[in-house]
Order: sequence, then structure tokens, then C-alpha cells
Amino acid sequence: MNRGAAAMYHGRAGIFSIVSDAIWRNPRMFLFLMLLPPILWLGVVYLGSLFALLVQSFFSIDEFSGMVKREFTFKTYGELFRPANLDIIVRTVTTAIVVTVLAAILAFPIAYYAARYARGKWKAVFYLGIMLPLWSSYLVKVYAWKLILAKEGILNWLFAKLYLTWILDSILAIPIIGGNSLSVSYLGTCIVFLYVWLPFMILPLQASLERVPVNLIDASSDLGANPRTTLRYVIVPLALPGLIAGSIFTFSLTLGDYIIPQIIGSSRLFIGQAVYAHQGTAGNIPLAAAFTIVPIIVMGFYLWMAKRQGAFDAL
Amino acid sequence: MTRAVLLSKVCRHYGSVRAVEQVDLEVHEGEFYALLGPSGSGKTTCLRLIAGFEATTSGHIEIFGVSVDEVPPYRRNVNTVFQDYALFPHLNVTENVAYGLMIRGVSKSERHEAAEQALDLIRLPGYGQRRPAELSGGQRQRVALARAIVNKPKVLLLDEPLGALDLKLREQMQEELKALQKTLGITFVFVTHDQGEALSMAGRIAIFNEGRVIQVGSPEDIYKRPNTRFVADFVGSSNVISTKFANLASEHKWASLRPEAIKIVDNGGKLARVIGVNYLGGSTRLALDMNGTRLHCLISSEQSLPVEGSEIQVTWRDQDVRVMKGEA
Repeated sequence: MNRGAAAMYHGRAGIFSIVSDAIWRNPRMFLFLMLLPPILWLGVVYLGSLFALLVQSFFSIDEFSGMVKREFTFKTYGELFRPANLDIIVRTVTTAIVVTVLAAILAFPIAYYAARYARGKWKAVFYLGIMLPLWSSYLVKVYAWKLILAKEGILNWLFAKLYLTWILDSILAIPIIGGNSLSVSYLGTCIVFLYVWLPFMILPLQASLERVPVNLIDASSDLGANPRTTLRYVIVPLALPGLIAGSIFTFSLTLGDYIIPQIIGSSRLFIGQAVYAHQGTAGNIPLAAAFTIVPIIVMGFYLWMAKRQGAFDAL
Repeated sequence: MTRAVLLSKVCRHYGSVRAVEQVDLEVHEGEFYALLGPSGSGKTTCLRLIAGFEATTSGHIEIFGVSVDEVPPYRRNVNTVFQDYALFPHLNVTENVAYGLMIRGVSKSERHEAAEQALDLIRLPGYGQRRPAELSGGQRQRVALARAIVNKPKVLLLDEPLGALDLKLREQMQEELKALQKTLGITFVFVTHDQGEALSMAGRIAIFNEGRVIQVGSPEDIYKRPNTRFVADFVGSSNVISTKFANLASEHKWASLRPEAIKIVDNGGKLARVIGVNYLGGSTRLALDMNGTRLHCLISSEQSLPVEGSEIQVTWRDQDVRVMKGEA
């Protein structure tokens, strides 16, 4: 290297510069190095265990010995269609749908406000308000709700003070969703699910609403659409990816949860509780695995439908 | 002549910022009207006030004789071509163009036919199935135009519609827009910061500065007879000279002199030193120094060009010197 060339370069020569120069010359290699750990994690640990689960669900249990028979069979899936098990699936999926729809309705105005109007300090207040409940223990929150919803709880006391107990009683008298008190009714289960999962709906929805340019709303109103029509034809379609992302969270979290329905609600089982019972005390790993496949199939079907409806076209 | 748009004493303040201050405008039916000014001069805000996206702080707006002060944008019979086009990304070109008709409840086959016609008019036939993201800037611009005119608005508002296009395309679109306006006969209100664009396209121009209208007139008026130093500076590159320098007895301090009004003569003119020669193709721009006053002068490149540093004699007609109001 002559002196003229030496003046061309900045910086020191050393092992770090050699490495960074090599990476600069091979961007693909850099990408590969960056993605290697997550691919190993996702591919081997996560997808691997999912595959093991799938395999397990095609085994069955020997009714006499209680041992798992490692032979391919659809028998375990057949068991899912027994009335008792089907009941669990229908109950869980219905609850998940109700919770998701309610969460979307509740989250939309909050997310819309945060995306469109909140600025500076109020934006910080918004994020804090949404995230704060996520910082405290899930169990603490659920037990707190038990106290709020119980027969001797805060809500009952409040209704009594306001002489409105009759409203609560008439709601609880509704078959299926009602019960002795809110804390032992499906209504209570739904309220707690809704509370616990709401942030998971608000955050993606807010992110997607923030990406809707204001001038599209102006353009829509310029072309004669009143606010409601603009909401229907411009805002909701453009926010749909966020709505889908949020609903994936609330839907799948509700499908898989086994603690909330155990603490709050009637003693009838949800999928999560069934899985817990079958893989634990009952030792029926294949049936537990088959139960676990149900939410995966339901979610897959949901995403397929969403894609067919063009939910991801705006991405 | 029917008044298409009337603004009287319109103000729009944001806190202490006076974006639009006491603006009076009158746009006639079928006119191509330009709002010209530097960025932040209030011209776009004025357009948004006419469209209804913003509410006036005070003052009064009429569209075809009807007060629209309380009327939301979706009930005004005006349409806007936005600066960045604002096409709906989730809809294809046909659906974008037919959006206004769909909102009004026009049947699907009818509105798609109207959209197809509008696409023919802007010379994008057969592009209906594409998404906005698949179009070039110029094509998006045309679609935005089609989406507005398909509704047959009484007034078409254009917010710097050509700002994002490259020079060649911009010049082509200028001509097309002018022709389109003639064909449709719709009143155009056009916002631009490009004086050349305003001069070449508009029938009348309103010059904006700091939220106020400084001068209204035909392109020729504005160009030849600027009434303030700001207009002279902003529209083209007029020489601003003191009235004393021009030997004018006037109460006002400044006058304007167009670069092309200065002629080089062999004798009998005023002495000037050439301090710069810029060859522009068909014409050449000279920078002159006359006893400390700097002048620009535009001459044809056909004649023999003086060299830098040489002394020449120049002259101009007295009527080319325009006295302007204001001290600044």
C-alpha cells in the first residue's frame, strides 16, 4: 500500500473493522447471522414441540392399562365429538367469539381517540393506562375481579346502595349467562376475559388506525361520505389488519385460558381446563393433545376466512 | 357573471397563528383561478376552507350564492384533488373513481361505466383493475383528477396537484388540465407556489403572503404591474429599483422593472457594467451593475453577447417602470 492509498482510508485496521467490512460486503450473510438464533428457536423448539403435539394427538390411550398406544389412529379425535367434549368446545369457542367482538367494540373508540387526537402528554397517559394493568400479576387481577363480582362483593354492594339490585337480579335471571351471582356466571367469566385481554385488542388497533392518513378521511368526506360512511368504507377497511391482529390475541388467549373460567364462572369446563385435566390427573395425553389442536384449527380457519374477505389487502 | 365562490373577510386562526387573515376573494363561474404564494402563506388553508375541511374563525363563505359556513364538506358540491392524491389504497382504480357515486347510491353498473368514461377522459383506459400502489406518480395524479370530476362538481379545488411530478410531466399535465377545464367548463380553483404554473394556466391569480391576499389580477396584470415589492419579487424575477434611481417623482419608495424590458443599445443609453452572464438557451440573463444598483436583464441569445466585465449601454421605456405601494 503506498502512501497515497493510505490517505484514502479512515479508521483503524483491526479484527472488528475486518468483520464489519466483511458484513458490509455481504448483506445476505448479515441477515442470515441475525436470523439464525430466532430461526433455531422457532423452528426447533417451538414448531418442534407443536409437531410433537400433533403426533401425540394421533395416538390413543388403552382403556384397560391407561397406557398410551403409539399407533396412528383417529380414535382420539373421535372422542372430541362425544357430547360432553363437544359441549366444552362449543362453550369455549362461543365465549371466545363473544369476548372478541365485545373487545373490538370497546377498544375501537379508545384506539381511535389515541391514534387521532391524543398528543404529547395525553398519548403518554394513554399508553400508561393501557399498559399498567399488564404490569400486575394476572392472578391478582383475576382474584380482584372475584371480589368485585362476588355475591358479597363491591358491585352488589353498589347496586344495593343505589336501590338497583333488581337490575342485577334480572340480568342474573337470564338463563345460561346468568347464575347465583356474577362471580359464578358466564357473564362474569366474559367480563373478566374482556378486562384482561382488552389491551391486546387496543394496541394493534391503535397502531393500525395511526397508519390511516388523515387526508384519506378528508378525501372521503370530500366525495360526499358522512362520518359514518367514511368509518365503514375507509377507516374500518384500512384498520382491518390491526383488528384481525387484536382479535387473534383475544380469541386465542380466550381459547387457551384455563385459570379465569376456573376462578370465575360456573364450574363447567373450558378447553384449557379440559387439557389441564387430561394431561394431568387423567393422564390422557393424546386427548389433551387433540383438544389443543382444536384452537389451532379454529384460528387457522378464522385467518383463512379473513384472508378470503380481503382483510389483508391493505397491508 | 355568476359568482362561483365568494370569501368575505375570512379569517382562520390557530391559536395566535393567523393562517388566513381578512381574505376577500371572488371566483367567477367557469374561471381558472389560481391561489399563488410561498409555502405558509395561507393559500392551502383557504382551499381547505372552501372545501369545508376547516372552519372559518370569522368571515363568510358562499358557493354559488349559498352560504356554506355551517355546511360540512360531504354536503358541499365541490371536489378536491389533493396534493398527495389521497387515493384509497384498499380500492382499485375503478372503485376509487366510483367512490363518490357509490356514496350517492348510484348502481354498480352505472357508476363503473361513469368511472370508465372518466378514465378515458384522463387517458388511462383499462387501468380500472389496478391498485393505486401499482401506478406511477403521474398516473395517480390523473386518477385523483378522475375521481373528482366524475362527480361533476360545481367547483373543482386543486391543491398543488402537480407539485410531486417531474418537470416534463408537469408541463404536459399543465396543458392537459387547461384543456380539461375548457372541455368541462367547471370552475377550477388551483393552489400553487409555482409562479410559472400560475401564469401559464390561470385566468386570474390571487397572490398570497402571510395569510393575506396582496394582489388579484390577470397573469399579465400580475406580471407587468405588480403592486407591491413582494409581488414583484415573487412573480418572476423582477428588478426592484428605488424610485429615486428611476428618476421618478413619487411618494412611494420602490418601483419594479422587468428583466426583459431592459434593452442594450449602441449609444444614448445609461452606462452599465456586466458582472455576470448566464446562458439559458434561447435567452441569456445578464447581471448588471449601475452605480451600485444591481439589475438583471434578459436578452435574446441570438444577438451578440457582451462579455463579463465589459461596459455596455442600456435603456428602458418609462412605462415599463412600475411604482409599487408599501415601504418594504
